[in-house]
Amino acid sequence: MSTNNKKAWLYLLPALLFLIFFMVYPLIDVIIYSVEEGYNFASQTYFGVGTYNFSYVLHDPYFLQAVKNTFILVIITVPVSTGLALLISVGLSSIRPLRELYQTIYFLPYVTNTLAVGLVFMILFQRTEYTDGMVNLLINWFGGESVDFIDGPYWAKMFVLCFYTIWVVMPFKILVLTSALASVNPDYYKAARVDGTPRLRVFTKITLPMISPMIFYLVITGFIGAFKAYSDAVALFGTDLNAAGMNTIVGYVYDMLYGDSGGYPSYASAAAVILFVIVLTITCVNLLVSKKRVRY
Amino acid sequence: MEADYEKIQKAAARRTALLRGLTYVGLSIWALIVLFPFYWMLLTSVKSYASYNAEYVPSFFTLHPTLQNYVDAFTAVPLGGYLMNTVIFAVITTLLMVVVSVLAAYAFARLEFRGKDLVFTLFLSLMMIPSELVVITNFVTITNLDLRNTFTGLILPSVTSVFYIYLLKENFEQVPDELYRAAKVDGTSDLKYLWKVMVPICRPTIITVTILKIIECWNSYVWPRLITDDPAYYLVSNGIQEIRENGFGRENIPAMMAAVVVISVPLIILFLVFRRKIMEGVARGGMKG
Amino acid sequence: MKIVLQNLTKKFPGRGKKAQSDVIAVNDLSFEISDGELIALLGPSGCGKSTTLNLICGLEKPTGGRIFFGEKDITDLSPELRGVGMVFQNYALYPHLTVRENIVFPLENRKGKDRLSKEEMNARALETARLVQIEELMDRKPGELSGGQQQRVAIARALVKMPGVLLLDEPLSNLDARLRLKTREEIRRIQKQTGITTVFVTHDQDEAMSISDRIAVMREGVLMQLGRPQEVYDNPASLFVARFLGTPPINVFEGEVRNQMLYIGDEAVLAVKDVPDQPVWVGVRPEGFLPQKDGALSCELNRVEILGRDISIISSHPACTGQTLRSIISAEMRADTSDSVVRFALKPGKVFLFHKETEERIPFAAV
Repeated sequence: MSTNNKKAWLYLLPALLFLIFFMVYPLIDVIIYSVEEGYNFASQTYFGVGTYNFSYVLHDPYFLQAVKNTFILVIITVPVSTGLALLISVGLSSIRPLRELYQTIYFLPYVTNTLAVGLVFMILFQRTEYTDGMVNLLINWFGGESVDFIDGPYWAKMFVLCFYTIWVVMPFKILVLTSALASVNPDYYKAARVDGTPRLRVFTKITLPMISPMIFYLVITGFIGAFKAYSDAVALFGTDLNAAGMNTIVGYVYDMLYGDSGGYPSYASAAAVILFVIVLTITCVNLLVSKKRVRY
Repeated sequence: MEADYEKIQKAAARRTALLRGLTYVGLSIWALIVLFPFYWMLLTSVKSYASYNAEYVPSFFTLHPTLQNYVDAFTAVPLGGYLMNTVIFAVITTLLMVVVSVLAAYAFARLEFRGKDLVFTLFLSLMMIPSELVVITNFVTITNLDLRNTFTGLILPSVTSVFYIYLLKENFEQVPDELYRAAKVDGTSDLKYLWKVMVPICRPTIITVTILKIIECWNSYVWPRLITDDPAYYLVSNGIQEIRENGFGRENIPAMMAAVVVISVPLIILFLVFRRKIMEGVARGGMKG
Repeated sequence: MKIVLQNLTKKFPGRGKKAQSDVIAVNDLSFEISDGELIALLGPSGCGKSTTLNLICGLEKPTGGRIFFGEKDITDLSPELRGVGMVFQNYALYPHLTVRENIVFPLENRKGKDRLSKEEMNARALETARLVQIEELMDRKPGELSGGQQQRVAIARALVKMPGVLLLDEPLSNLDARLRLKTREEIRRIQKQTGITTVFVTHDQDEAMSISDRIAVMREGVLMQLGRPQEVYDNPASLFVARFLGTPPINVFEGEVRNQMLYIGDEAVLAVKDVPDQPVWVGVRPEGFLPQKDGALSCELNRVEILGRDISIISSHPACTGQTLRSIISAEMRADTSDSVVRFALKPGKVFLFHKETEERIPFAAV
């Protein structure tokens, strides 16, 4: 038995080493960092222990801007992408011909490099001296004024960021919802048809409750994912997000850690811990709500 | 009465047809939104520099496609090097991940040892830790170990994946116990049983996990950005960012698009080949990044 | 409501790459179900019985033929306009709704002048629940009910619309053996009480025989025989029907008719008049054997099972198509089972002859 014991631990050892070294230890360490005041990266010394790092971060206008951006992004993209994905999935499951083709197309954004395709979005939306760009051309067609979405007003930049974020997260949501819809027993729909249930009622009374666990799963993971937004913003606006006014919380963490404004792991840690607390709170609220709302 | 029913029936049929038509229109619009950026990047990548800049109003097609931009992408900036780095990074990371995860999953699924449940619960709780929290210390650790701008520094923290261990463990557990007992009776060692029986039976899942990890590696941006500032070690994500900010000069959009195409194509091919496996794996709960 | 099926045919397009030909699920089916009748569609899986049910209900559209409810042709009508209630094999109760909400569901679908008030709906639901005796379970969720209770809820949901026709798809297959007995009596009671024309699909001949007015035996989309249970059992039209009905199943021998005499192996077992000489299948019901010292059919005795009321003799015979043949005799009849050979005489009414190729019944008159 004890040799078996040893053998099992031997199999586990590589995974354990990696996890302890690169996940468990860092997790503890980041909390320690966040309370060490005046940490100096070069000499690895600090003055004392306290909450100064948190108060610095919470008073940093860049951080507040990042929090604002992130919240706007979350509040817009999570409902819009989930609703849109629901609509598309329902449409997708109601058709037979071409369904596979559509499914394949819809999944494409998942397997693309966020940074690379972000560049394409940038040139589609950007307005330079040479060209107004594709999207402005469309706007002009409908009689609108050209807007620079990349270096222009805040709402325009936010619009592109939300649009691109939704574009990137849709494949996952469509996929999850279509498989959830496919797993609903077709007998329910048959029974509803025999009873002459109107389409809308079938959707609200049968389909939605049946897939509600999956919808809540998507909302929760959607919130978590959207709060961690970063590379989408970099793809569109470049690495200096503070200058563009489009930084996100995660972006702020990395900027504090590294780059032109970097070298402050304590501030970065404090910001990361704040982010974690926000995400945790919202996830818990979500779970509580879903406990009440998901009915089976 | 008869005619009444007929009328209702006809109206219902009309509504169904209308709804179907609307569905197809809606689905096609979204397909267009998804595909258009891909089309645009291909189109722009074959427009010549001069003609692209001459278009104040962008045109939707080009009559004189050129491959010059692709030549530029590989000669003016070290795109080939970025690709090579990414391939090395993705292959080694994925290999290590698969080996480490298979061993751990096997221990959880098949071997009996004291504290197994406790360790597994701890394992699962690690799934909830966001990578943003641990990246900070890892950055400091790797810097202190003098491993910045090395493949070792890039790869090591990227190996761990609790989720894939979990996925593999679930799959391993579905292999019937009798096989293990039969193998024991025949005097098969655990390692041999894992290699000769478990792995072949669970190959579909292992392939799925491998592909998902490769995609993840190919697209990873944050960690490579933190840990490399020497372009000789850039991966494609950082490379494309570098190209954008300092590469061809900001204005050579067609060459930039050529680079984007080169970066995107391998994954799209991988996806089209393993479409079913990838979508199945992701549907089981894989999250991007 | 009378139901008439006229040359009903349903073809499904062939699946897979090479299967170009259509699959014919229902083939030229015609019969009539009279008002208030309970009829069972019986057959092995894949015989088209469920498809027939779906055609009657309107979930599938026939490729040929017509369906009438009463005098009205409803072939092209969609299910909700047909006024049918349907109970699905797995009940299809909405898991997130309570029993009451499930039962009321069909009523809430109505619009305009057909719509009942809330009180009327609840009253109707309660009335129906009383009929199936689940009125005390109204506020539970389906997940909290036993299989038999779920079954009743499903029937209540089908009946609450007061349909002209009730359709049941394998209604008992998800229940355990004891509940099955109880529930089938229950279904019969409800059907009698409401007088509703009922069609139910099953693969279990016991179930079909015990509660239906008539049974329709189907095979590969074709109606093999239609009639009252006893009639079909006593007078099977083909070897298939004979084999399908009866537990224990009928014993089948290879035999031959020569000079008005039926031979099994070399033994002349029964005189049969008016049958031309030919090789035949001989079906003998288990109760058709009479153990007799000088019986015509000699079998090798394997064992004897005492079942209390009956005795079951298991023996074997080289001409028998099954491995063993099983005969059931009443316990009062003392059979001599000390020997290794047992001899039987055959009761003419329990012996059926079938054509060797077509497997159709060959009538004969016993002497």
